[in-house]
Amino acid sequence: MENNTQKNILVITILVTIFSIYNLSIYTSNKKGKVIQLSENAIQGEVLWQNNNCWSCHQLYGLGGYLGPDLTNIYSTQNKGPLYIKSFLNSGIKAMPKFNFSEQEKEALVSFLQQVDSTGFYPNTNAIIKPNGWVDIKYKNEK
Amino acid sequence: MKNKTPILFITAALSALLLGMFFGLFASLQYIFPDFLKEIIPFTKMRPFHTTTVISWIILAATGSIYFFITEVEKIAFRFPKLPKIHFIIFMFTGVGIYLSYIFDKMEGREYLAYTPILTIPILIGWVLFGINYFKTIRKKVKNWPVYYWMWGTGIVFMIYHLCEAHLWLIPSFRETFIKDITVQWKSYGSFVGSWNMLVYGIAIYLMSKVKNNINVARGKTTFFFYFLGLTNLMFGWAHHTYIIPTQIWIRYLAYGVSMTEWVVLFHIIYTWKKSLSPKIIEDNRVVYQFLVAADFWVFLNIILALLFSIPAINFFTHGTHITVAHSMGTTIGINTSILLAAMFFIVSKLKNEAFMFRKLKITYYAYNGFLLLFLCTLLYAGVIRGNWMYFTKDIPFSEMQNSLYYTYIAFFIFGIGLVWSILKIAIVLLKPLIKLFFNTSIKISE
Ligand code: HEC
Ligand code: HEM
Repeated sequence: MENNTQKNILVITILVTIFSIYNLSIYTSNKKGKVIQLSENAIQGEVLWQNNNCWSCHQLYGLGGYLGPDLTNIYSTQNKGPLYIKSFLNSGIKAMPKFNFSEQEKEALVSFLQQVDSTGFYPNTNAIIKPNGWVDIKYKNEK
Repeated sequence: MKNKTPILFITAALSALLLGMFFGLFASLQYIFPDFLKEIIPFTKMRPFHTTTVISWIILAATGSIYFFITEVEKIAFRFPKLPKIHFIIFMFTGVGIYLSYIFDKMEGREYLAYTPILTIPILIGWVLFGINYFKTIRKKVKNWPVYYWMWGTGIVFMIYHLCEAHLWLIPSFRETFIKDITVQWKSYGSFVGSWNMLVYGIAIYLMSKVKNNINVARGKTTFFFYFLGLTNLMFGWAHHTYIIPTQIWIRYLAYGVSMTEWVVLFHIIYTWKKSLSPKIIEDNRVVYQFLVAADFWVFLNIILALLFSIPAINFFTHGTHITVAHSMGTTIGINTSILLAAMFFIVSKLKNEAFMFRKLKITYYAYNGFLLLFLCTLLYAGVIRGNWMYFTKDIPFSEMQNSLYYTYIAFFIFGIGLVWSILKIAIVLLKPLIKLFFNTSIKISE
């Protein structure tokens, strides 16, 4: 094998090794205690969220499609919350499709949004912007 | 030309481009008439139709180009000469499956991969076959690989990996930890784009070395530095998608450090290449040259945009707005599509045995770039308004903010039509000879 080829393979091996450790640590992270685990009901809500493509118009943590508003903290927003969410689901207001969810399905979606809400803030209005360009975001499970 | 599979790939790719853009137009109509059209052309379908189809354009065009370059330009015979055709057939059947799954509302997947997850299996099989054939062939037949062989190989391998990673949510224990789940989901998408960029940027460097007729473009130190930087970015740069998710701090720091550099080098490579060409070479390859120059221009604009919002303090305000969409479409159209169109022109002129005249394409070419610029400006403006609404206003309902953008969305739609029109004209220029050639039994490829 030529010299160059060997050198390239060496660099790639090093990168892939670091990458593997990095991935492993991300995949196995958050095992200790305080992490929020979705309940069974919430997972059912997430499945509904996925199968009905809520994400094509809504965002969680700003990620998703952009025709509708972000819903990360809808559960805990003043004047909104569970009843408000439920009333929206089958209303078919504006661009939102008219869904036909049963009471139990609405509960599941609310439970999903409630648990998403408990994981953090978005928009993170209390974050602190540093002069060097970094942002200290506010975490919800901080004391 | 004995094997017409590369022609099939690029014809399918160009068709996907045209189809995908029309879905984009339909999706953008919903911004203008929210209640009116939602039953007939639901956004929940138009958006996934659009993104899946235009991503297929990139993937199919890149794959077809690589098959073409290897077999028809380098004259290297594949170890398994039948596999490319099988690869093509698998992808076409899966494509039909994906549309059926969208039409019949079997959309259990997530963003960008919204189809029913089973369909990922044939896609993976296609990539694995491509990979096996590629490595078995190139390892034996090419010594001291120029950089593009490294890039294509890397692209294939990481494509397979990140396609799997994007489906880790199928494992229940993954799904339960929401923050980890959403982080890995968007990590995989970032790297997925990084993987196809490996294929596309490899094609750009290949074209540059062919136009200049000098392999050193693909051998220098800077070029390999660019490759390794791109690889690092693919692995670790994704997290600028997720600054705002409350993950562990070090992930966010690392992303900040890495995500700044790659394009600077790509810009530098194309720019140096461009300056080194003689007027004769430029004239002989005018159309290919022009599209690579266009790609360079869009790299430059996107560097400025991306450098800015890789800075967390700015990302904070632009994240979750149409500025992100401007970035995605700015790069997938401006950079990826321009490079791939250059490749299409290179390939079709080889097949036709005559160069395209830039004179005839000039207006369309400038219209394409001009409309794209205007198109992106409307998205940026919509993003600024939305960012402002999110952070600096209180108690203004979403619908009111959305209504204030009514004319912006109309402009977005109109510039979208301009963009579709110009790309349509370019695609027709390419498709006509391709279809003719496909039915012509003996094609000779020019050297
Ligand atoms: C086609 C796009 C679309 C889809 C799909 C969609 N929505 Fe909506 N949704 C909207 C729009 C637009 C609004 C804002 C309506 C308004 O206030 O004018 C909205 C508003 C909401 C609101 C109230 C938000 C607020 O802050 O007032 C909730 C809750 C909601 N949607 C939940 C859902 C859920 C859950 C799903 C999936 C089952 C879903 N939506 C699917 C477009 C959509
Ligand atoms: C070569 C052509 C195109 C490519 C490669 C392309 C690519 C993309 C991509 C990757 C996205 C996802 C954006 C994200 O999630 O951040 C997207 C979204 C979108 N595109 Fe395109 N696009 C193209 C042309 C068009 C055209 C011509 C229109 C018509 C106006 C259009 C309208 C849209 C709309 C409305 C969205 C959804 C934005 C939202 O979520 O609200 N696209 N496109």
